[in-house]
Amino acid sequence: MDTKELSVENIQKTVRSACEAHGYEREAIIPVLLEVNRTLGYLPTPALVEVGRHLRTPVSQVFSVASFYYLLTVEPRGKHVIQMCESAPCHVMGGRQLYRAIIDTLGIEPGRTTPDGKWTFILTSCLGTCGVGPVVQIDDDLYGNLTPAKLKPLLARYTNGGE
Amino acid sequence: MSIIRSLVLVSADPYSLQRGSMEVFETIRQELHRRELADEVEVRLARDLGRHDIAPMVIVYPEAVVYGPVMPEDVPFLIEEHLYKGRIAPGLQVPVREISGRIAWVTARKGTLPAQQPILLSRAGKIDPENIEDYLIHDGYLALGKALTGKTPDEVIDEIKKSGLQGRGGAGFPTGLKWGFVRRAEGDKKYVICNADESEPGTFKDRVLLEGDPHAIIEAMTIAGYAVGADEGYIYIRGEYRLAQERFGIALDQARAYGFLGKDIFGSGFKFDIHMHSGAGAYICGEETALIESIEGKRGEPRPRPPYPTTNGLWGAPTLVNNVETLANVPHILRNGWQWYHRFGTPNSAGTKLYTILGNVNTTGVIEVPMGITLREVISIYAGGMKDGARFKLAQTGGSSGSIVPSSLQDTPMDFESFRKAGVSLGSGALLICDENTCVIDLARVLLNFFRKESCGKCAPCRVGTQRAYFILTRISEGIGRFEDLATLETLYKGLYQLSNCGLGNTAGVPLQGILTHYRAEVEAHIRNKVCPTGICSMSGALVAAEPVFH
Amino acid sequence: MPGVKSLEDLQDLRDETLKKRELVEQSAEIEITVGIGTPGIAVGARETMKAILQFIEREQISGVTVRQTGNIGMDSWEPIMKIRVRDFPVVTYGKITADLVEPLLRSHLLKNKPLSEFVIDA
Repeated sequence: MDTKELSVENIQKTVRSACEAHGYEREAIIPVLLEVNRTLGYLPTPALVEVGRHLRTPVSQVFSVASFYYLLTVEPRGKHVIQMCESAPCHVMGGRQLYRAIIDTLGIEPGRTTPDGKWTFILTSCLGTCGVGPVVQIDDDLYGNLTPAKLKPLLARYTNGGE
Repeated sequence: MSIIRSLVLVSADPYSLQRGSMEVFETIRQELHRRELADEVEVRLARDLGRHDIAPMVIVYPEAVVYGPVMPEDVPFLIEEHLYKGRIAPGLQVPVREISGRIAWVTARKGTLPAQQPILLSRAGKIDPENIEDYLIHDGYLALGKALTGKTPDEVIDEIKKSGLQGRGGAGFPTGLKWGFVRRAEGDKKYVICNADESEPGTFKDRVLLEGDPHAIIEAMTIAGYAVGADEGYIYIRGEYRLAQERFGIALDQARAYGFLGKDIFGSGFKFDIHMHSGAGAYICGEETALIESIEGKRGEPRPRPPYPTTNGLWGAPTLVNNVETLANVPHILRNGWQWYHRFGTPNSAGTKLYTILGNVNTTGVIEVPMGITLREVISIYAGGMKDGARFKLAQTGGSSGSIVPSSLQDTPMDFESFRKAGVSLGSGALLICDENTCVIDLARVLLNFFRKESCGKCAPCRVGTQRAYFILTRISEGIGRFEDLATLETLYKGLYQLSNCGLGNTAGVPLQGILTHYRAEVEAHIRNKVCPTGICSMSGALVAAEPVFH
Repeated sequence: MPGVKSLEDLQDLRDETLKKRELVEQSAEIEITVGIGTPGIAVGARETMKAILQFIEREQISGVTVRQTGNIGMDSWEPIMKIRVRDFPVVTYGKITADLVEPLLRSHLLKNKPLSEFVIDA
């Protein structure tokens, strides 16, 4: 999820290949936006315009869809995104303590990105892995049975990985 | 069969015998006689309970408390504390892995308890889900073949109707009836949708099926297509389930290659294919009309009903929407016949049910049991008892919008009928089990936080009601709640139920209502005494947030 | 590609697959199954799987089939692995993280002694 290579060509290329994969009908809009979001890390306005052009749909409607779903985001995010499940099962299984630990470790409130742009912390609804709660998802990987003690080494794996 | 209150197991492996377990066994029997408990408590020897380091061992059920090493002189104290006074005998309990206990219990009671009867999970967790051959050798696609070559669509629907299968998504609507509606609906083009947008917190049974046995769902959807007269199916899998999507995609390709999807399936002339559609993160899309909107590429906002999807669904065509678990029952019913299906469950709720167990218990996960099992049985048998020996406080059945089940309702059979009578709902099958360290205000706050975020915002009662309730609960948890707040909360959950447009808003207040009914004293302690009895709420007195802005 | 066009086709396909399976099973003395479902992966099942394959290769044990399956259902015991040696009953182990794979397989496969403290079902 590197945001610095968001050139116009890059955006156009990404949208074009997403449309080729999922089709040019109106019903393809969510799969297309999901793929663009995955490739670019978020949905910049030029990408929304480009999607609207390909699918012959007003940009306002593209935006209304993009702003409705949690997996789509119109704001840039940090290099890594840590999502923590805030639903009841994880909450009673130790999520309360984990929540404080994430805030203390990263120094940011949910919904924010660290000043160095490395981490974005967001709260999410149930990830469906409650059996091993509390659960966090970092980028595409899920981690279960997490405790405050296991959190720091886990985060370090991402920041020291040299990515 | 006599009914016993407790079962005591004494280990009798060679090692225990050497260390005097027979004496322990005899002393327990004598002690029970002396206290006139012999009729209510059964004592048995167990060949091997697995732990030799603490032999001889005694396990008392249904609490599954393990004691050891137990000497004959410890017995009177143990019996007095645990079986007479009903509490854990201090000093004798071993903080062991509850594993040995779970196995011993199941072994000892085999045949007398509603044992786990896997039908839906007969393959998931055993076969390789990415290999169609594994499915084929376990009777895969046999039901489809039988239906297409030997039954008319009406006969298929009739079979489902007679089986008494009820929708497992939460509402419990008779499946056969719904299939009949779609079959009779006017239109040349019809659709079958499998609702796999399982976003109810704590529910992941559908994910287990999709990840573990994807071909079963393909087979069921194809049968449904044949029965209602559809040639296209959609499966809407929630976006977070990446592995389920990947495995379902592999299964689709394999099914097409073998001819189980496509044209002229089983040489019957029937054609059917399935599209996989990924959700994009929205709880509301589990509501069937919102799901349809989302497939059409719009915001997932529910449509007003009626008209129902059975007549006006996807692109206005008659559409059958069924949950994953509901569909998973279909091939089994068609293969074995509806009479066979009635062997499981209770007369009014046939079949088995998948439950996800989570919270403060020793074994979390998914189980399949006949309808009608009780919560107490689920906790002590399948969940391995409460974690760290804590006491059960409450359970929430059916995810965030589910009912609160206090300990007084622990012995209510869990089926659609009995739960309806007790005023609680079975919902999606999630069982969130909370111990005594759970604060009801804190729990309600977390639940309302979920709804206020997931409300799609289309209708005001839900959009504003969930925000207001969350704000008031936060205020109470900070120790600045007022008594008027309770009346306001009551108005809010009634309003949510009566005025909201769809199921999300209707049920958002259900847990809140349960908490205010069953745990009034605890709630009032927060307000009157400014004390959180479990010590979880911060009670800082700080005004955390200004009144939320409504838009 | 085999196109199934009748119930007889399905029956033939099934028999053929079963026969093939039996041959494989006869030659495989040991069968190891790892639960690769989302909760398993979240607590390290993929690493466990990798460690199993590495161990088998390093110790040059022959006649082993390693399979994956879906979510086994006892999430709090993940990662879960099952071992079947010849005709002995299947032993299910729980909480087998990658670091436990070597001592466990060494004991169970090489010394024929299941490690009872990790057994969750037998």
